[in-house]
Amino acid sequence: MAIAAFGHATGSGHKPSTPGKKSAKVAILLLAPGLMYLVIFFVAPLVSLVITSLQTVDYTTGFAVYSYGFEIANYVNVVSQYGEQIGRSFIYAFFATIAALLISYPLAYFIGVKARRYPLLQALMLTLVIAPFFISFLLRTFAWKQIFSNESWIVTTLQSIGVLASDQYLVGTPFLVIFGLTYNFIPFMTLPLYTSLERLDIRYLEAGADLYANPRKVFRKVTIPLSMPGIVSGTLLTFIPIAGDYVNASGLFLGSTQTAMLGNVVESKFLKSYDYPTASALSVILMGAIMLLVTFYVRRSGTDDLL
Amino acid sequence: MKNSINQDPMFKQLLSAIKTSQMTRRTALAGMGASAAALSLAACAPASGPQALTAATDLSDTEKLLIWHNWSLYMDEDDDGNYPTLQKFEAQTGIKVEYKIEIDDNDTYFSKVQKQLAQGQDIGADVACPTEWMAAKWIQSGYVQKYDAANIPNKSNLAPAYLGAAHDPNRDFSMPYQGILAGITYNKAEYKKATGQDAPTSLEDLWQPSLKGRVGVLSEMRDTIGLILLAQGIDITSESSLTEDAFMNAIDFFAGKVADGQIARIKGNSYSEDLENGDTIAAIAWSGDTVQLNLSAETDKYGFFIPESGTTISADSFVVPMGATHKKNVETLINYYYDPAVAAELAAWVNYVTPVVGAQEEAMKIDPALAENQLIFPSEEFMKNAYGFRALSGEESVKFAQAFQDVLLGA
Repeated sequence: MAIAAFGHATGSGHKPSTPGKKSAKVAILLLAPGLMYLVIFFVAPLVSLVITSLQTVDYTTGFAVYSYGFEIANYVNVVSQYGEQIGRSFIYAFFATIAALLISYPLAYFIGVKARRYPLLQALMLTLVIAPFFISFLLRTFAWKQIFSNESWIVTTLQSIGVLASDQYLVGTPFLVIFGLTYNFIPFMTLPLYTSLERLDIRYLEAGADLYANPRKVFRKVTIPLSMPGIVSGTLLTFIPIAGDYVNASGLFLGSTQTAMLGNVVESKFLKSYDYPTASALSVILMGAIMLLVTFYVRRSGTDDLL
Repeated sequence: MKNSINQDPMFKQLLSAIKTSQMTRRTALAGMGASAAALSLAACAPASGPQALTAATDLSDTEKLLIWHNWSLYMDEDDDGNYPTLQKFEAQTGIKVEYKIEIDDNDTYFSKVQKQLAQGQDIGADVACPTEWMAAKWIQSGYVQKYDAANIPNKSNLAPAYLGAAHDPNRDFSMPYQGILAGITYNKAEYKKATGQDAPTSLEDLWQPSLKGRVGVLSEMRDTIGLILLAQGIDITSESSLTEDAFMNAIDFFAGKVADGQIARIKGNSYSEDLENGDTIAAIAWSGDTVQLNLSAETDKYGFFIPESGTTISADSFVVPMGATHKKNVETLINYYYDPAVAAELAAWVNYVTPVVGAQEEAMKIDPALAENQLIFPSEEFMKNAYGFRALSGEESVKFAQAFQDVLLGA
């Protein structure tokens, strides 16, 4: 966007006059810190990441010795060996995002539309949405683990009414991991939805009703399309971090060996096996897959001009 | 008020869980964020390869302090959270000790400090106590400083069993802090309720269907797989018996138990949390922790048992990284902990196998029951059942570790 603005600044002046050039220089100057930041903290690490993902490792000494290479096989091996974990990441992210959307939409609608006339209530409810952030993310996740622990009343009740078999528990199941992911990322969904619903002009809804649309139709034809920017940014803000999350699915928190996601594999490869090429290849795959999915999604939802 | 909160077991658990995960998370983030620097460094210099490092200048004579990285539940502690033996050391020598619980798992700890360690820089500790196999790796790579035996006159109290190890026969580089014995810790009441038996009698007992989902094991490969190998009749001390095939066979067995949900938790030191909140009923665990779990439960809630087929024994050893600047202070510290009276006082609390000869006699003065505890002062007969995991070649250690890690990822 900044680049576009820059292009506009030079292009719009029909006669290339000094003020135009001057503003171009100013634009470059103003852009420089941001661009520098991007180059140092994004482009350089990214290049390094890609280079590392193509390296070969030699373990014969008992230590990982890396050498430069063009080991495309790293990617093939990673996909064949950890395909399940990669797929699982996106499946969990999909379900958690849908769950977060279903929970957040009514909430955001209430705060942004219904509570509009009561600013105090609105402010209070928004604070409540953000309030969990005041406590460490890890602490909250760990608290859920305690709440759903094997001897907790929730688990024993579910076992006694037959929802869970007597040797089944909640911690370590995909259900609990998705639950934790949904819980932890709900504010990221609610806030964008709120900002877009807060601007919803009620008169459109009234007009819809005047034209004999029933409430369901008004919602489908008016409210949803008008809140689309909120839905798109909300789902992106939840889906992307969830796909890379490794805390909820970790055995130390809500997961088990059966729920390991891509992030857990990267963590293990990076911290336990010192296998940086594999970890890097996985990270590149995650990044590429997310970029593909996001592009497809944005095109599909027809909101690319909104981004 | 402050005290009562600190002593609440739930709060303690939360704190320790947060501490370890934040560390892992921070390290991972640092690793990823600074990946440009870190990765390219790792890439340019084969930093992990052995290279000659020189010891940092010893500032002990002017700076009376040292920083010690150790495992949790590994130091005597009074009700106020102070460490009595350390306090006495500080009073005696004037050396201030910053005692930090930084190690939860050998591999994770190593990956945190590896960069600095390999370059001979300060790792933030003057002394750390990794497990013997990890200490051996450090010694072979030249990452650690050689002790000056003249500064440790009490070295003569070291139990002879710890001399002659392949990686450090004369204990010039590593001095055992505590011997560690693995075994099975179980919640007595819950075990009885689930299985109808009073106590497990073999490793096999952990695989009963009634314990499904309630069994934990250590994330320390040598202990968990070691116990399984021993139960399968493999001699883990011998190269001819513990072959790659035998190892992978045990890994398959282990993976099967994980996949069918029998084993639900695989953790480092934090396994104690799961025993405390009842998530696990029985776990492959370390001997000393059981006593401490009972202390904090204030009853004899947990039992500890060593399978007939045998168990693993190792030690956590003091090592001084090349970048440490207070080696002499560390030597003073080691000398202090090799005093039998101090070793007995420590053993009375941590309940691990003490490597100090004469501690048993001193323990007799504190509490005769303590001196008779086989887990702290094992008799020779008892030790016959404890085996050290054989040294692995470089290639084996990587291959075995990766196979083990893949089970942990369900891959």
